[in-house]
Amino acid sequence: MVALPPRERSQLRCCGASGCRSAGAGPLLAALRAAAAAGVAGEPSAIAALTTAEPGSGLEVRSVGCLRLCGQGPLVAWDGPEGTRLFGGLPPEGAAALVAQARGLAPIPLQAEPALAGHRLDLEQPFFRLQRPLVLEGCGIVDPERIEEAIAHGGYAQLRRVLQELSPEQVREQVRRSGLRGRGGGGYPTGLKWDTVALQPPGRRYVVCNADEGDPGAFMDRSVLEGDPHRLLEGMAIAAYAVGADHGYVYVRAEYPLAIERLRLALQQARHQGLLGQGIAGSSFNLELEVRVGAGAYVCGEETALLHSIQGQRGTPRSRPPYPAQAGLWGAPTLINNVETLAAVPVILRQGGDWYAAIGSDKSRGTKVFSLSGAIRHTGLVEVPMGTSLRTVVEIMGGGDPDGGAVKAVQTGGPSGGCIPAALLDTPVDFESLLALGSMMGSGGMVVIGQGTAMPEVARHFMAFSVNESCGKCVPCRAGTVQLLALLDRCVERRATAADLEALEALCAMVKATSLCGLGQAAPNPVLSTLRHFRQEYGAVPGAGP
Amino acid sequence: MIRRHGGQSHGLIEVLHQVQELDGFLSKPALLQVARGLRLPLSRVYGVASFYHLFRLQPPAEHRCAVCLGTACFVRGAGRLAVGLRRRLGLDLDQTSGDGRWALERVSCLGACGQAPVLVLDGVLFTAPPADQPQELDSWLTALGLPAAVALPAAVGLPAAVGTP
Ligand SMILES: Cc1cc2nc3c(=O)[nH]c(=O)nc-3n(C[C@H](O)[C@H](O)[C@H](O)COP(=O)(O)O)c2cc1C
Ligand code: SF4
Ligand code: FES
Ligand code: FES
Repeated sequence: MVALPPRERSQLRCCGASGCRSAGAGPLLAALRAAAAAGVAGEPSAIAALTTAEPGSGLEVRSVGCLRLCGQGPLVAWDGPEGTRLFGGLPPEGAAALVAQARGLAPIPLQAEPALAGHRLDLEQPFFRLQRPLVLEGCGIVDPERIEEAIAHGGYAQLRRVLQELSPEQVREQVRRSGLRGRGGGGYPTGLKWDTVALQPPGRRYVVCNADEGDPGAFMDRSVLEGDPHRLLEGMAIAAYAVGADHGYVYVRAEYPLAIERLRLALQQARHQGLLGQGIAGSSFNLELEVRVGAGAYVCGEETALLHSIQGQRGTPRSRPPYPAQAGLWGAPTLINNVETLAAVPVILRQGGDWYAAIGSDKSRGTKVFSLSGAIRHTGLVEVPMGTSLRTVVEIMGGGDPDGGAVKAVQTGGPSGGCIPAALLDTPVDFESLLALGSMMGSGGMVVIGQGTAMPEVARHFMAFSVNESCGKCVPCRAGTVQLLALLDRCVERRATAADLEALEALCAMVKATSLCGLGQAAPNPVLSTLRHFRQEYGAVPGAGP
Repeated sequence: MIRRHGGQSHGLIEVLHQVQELDGFLSKPALLQVARGLRLPLSRVYGVASFYHLFRLQPPAEHRCAVCLGTACFVRGAGRLAVGLRRRLGLDLDQTSGDGRWALERVSCLGACGQAPVLVLDGVLFTAPPADQPQELDSWLTALGLPAAVALPAAVGLPAAVGTP
């Protein structure tokens, strides 16, 4: 993952993903390249080193995807004879010192270099050590803008093999055996979904990747798109082959400009290499993929709304059945999977479904990527086996509260999920355990809440989000969420009476039961889960009267 | 531009994105032209343009300030930051001032959760303000070049929408 085996020729990997960009990775990368080029001034390749990372230009400085510890960004990894060393928060002024060290030309030892003091990050800490990268195998290692690097790292090898050696049914069998479940939130068995699409009556089929990632505080899918887009394309092509689709779309939210840019470039490169388009890799399999950009509507992450949006319509959900697997884009059977789901496919085929199924817990197999943020020391991206406890993720890996205080709760599942109190941190992270606590796995955003935050405020925060994002198609969600917000205002201001709390619970139940789509059905979850675990903060005792 | 999308109605959202990129917003005449080009009723084009948050039907303000109200920013004090901005600009969230000088917008996660809370001022990202120290926050906002608090905070009111005591 982040650490590579020792290598004779040093290289620098600078994170160029958006988390680090927002912390100044752009100027740092430029400074590292300038320093690397300056040292070899006079050599003909010096200029090349400024613009690309051509080998032979002295020290190679590469731009890679997320190196995981985003909160300490910008991150740079130096891979050399002693293995990998990681640096965080280096200002551009420190670039020359790092380059000199990496070249072995520095007058002083690394430990004594003042420009680097305080920037060294420990790769042996649990945050890195306990990760199990499968989906993120190549993220942080390959340059996402160069397909050659993805291919050298094993990219598209499974697609080629599948096209030569396996029938679509054999591919689906491996996915069924893997026990993979959808990573977009619902946890629907992926193999079953693929079978449903494949076994529809003959005719056109589509494959769609849901890269709308709308849960605030979730950045797993973005990291895959920005850090290793070819892995997604390979997974998508394998999925298309397995269900018999020859056309597909990746629907990305407009708020991810860098992801869109890199995805478009990746598509172009894959076409150029004959890995997409007509007669892929010498086979008779054809696949055209297009990028579709959202326009800022959270509800478009819901699958039927997303299909409407791809068709150029308002992104309102419709009732199911029929499911998209039966009647999706323009009425044709359509496979919709999340980014992480599809990105897990190449490794499943490489290692076999059984191998994958041996990782994780009983009903939740494999690994899951989480984005950690909020009141936590280590903000960033972790990939761990399913069933790892919340405590391991939040306290051991994430380092707990940044000021040394106690964690109060962990929010999972975004606006559809809930808050898990610190007392239950030993819960394993899998689909069923989180549901049992009134939360949800969701897409994988984990936001840690510190002692200073009042839970009714958290509930109100999510309700305000749902009010703003309700598409307005059905009354329980459109009007119900507004009423819930008004009641939550009273709770936050500690004006809520017992009658208010009763009304709150009744309204939650109504909105949950009668809303048309998942947005409305799940909108009460943050309220219900905070009521369940933090009732004392709501200020009134039920039955006590106003 | 419309031809590039094959003149097909399912390219509508892509076309609207490109029109907005060129003109800064979606004007009435532009929507009419898109409707004609794609052979769609104006009501359908307008219906789509008004559905999505990112499409603007009004000309953009001279200065735009977007505050992130994503969850990571929220738990690190984005609510207080938003109140500060509303006070300074005399605007509510998702509002543009009458003279067209300022717009205050909300966004949900800018992908900089590690630096939370964050805001974007005229396209530039600013991170980690001292959100729990009112006075320091005030000077931080002044340093960004935001106007001093307007005289009429009561007219705007500070309703609960952003989750701040
Ligand atoms: C309101 C709402 C928002 C959703 N947002 C997303 C999203 O951003 N990304 C995603 O993959 N799935 C999202 N989903 C789930 C999708 O509807 C769908 O189940 C998923 O894309 C299927 O892929 P999977 O089986 O690989 O998880 C959302 C669902 C609802 C109800
Ligand atoms: S539940 Fe809400 S978001 Fe879903 S269709 Fe109804 S109004 Fe729209
Ligand atoms: S974005 Fe750079 S480490 Fe995650
Ligand atoms: S929540 Fe504000 S940047 Fe992610």
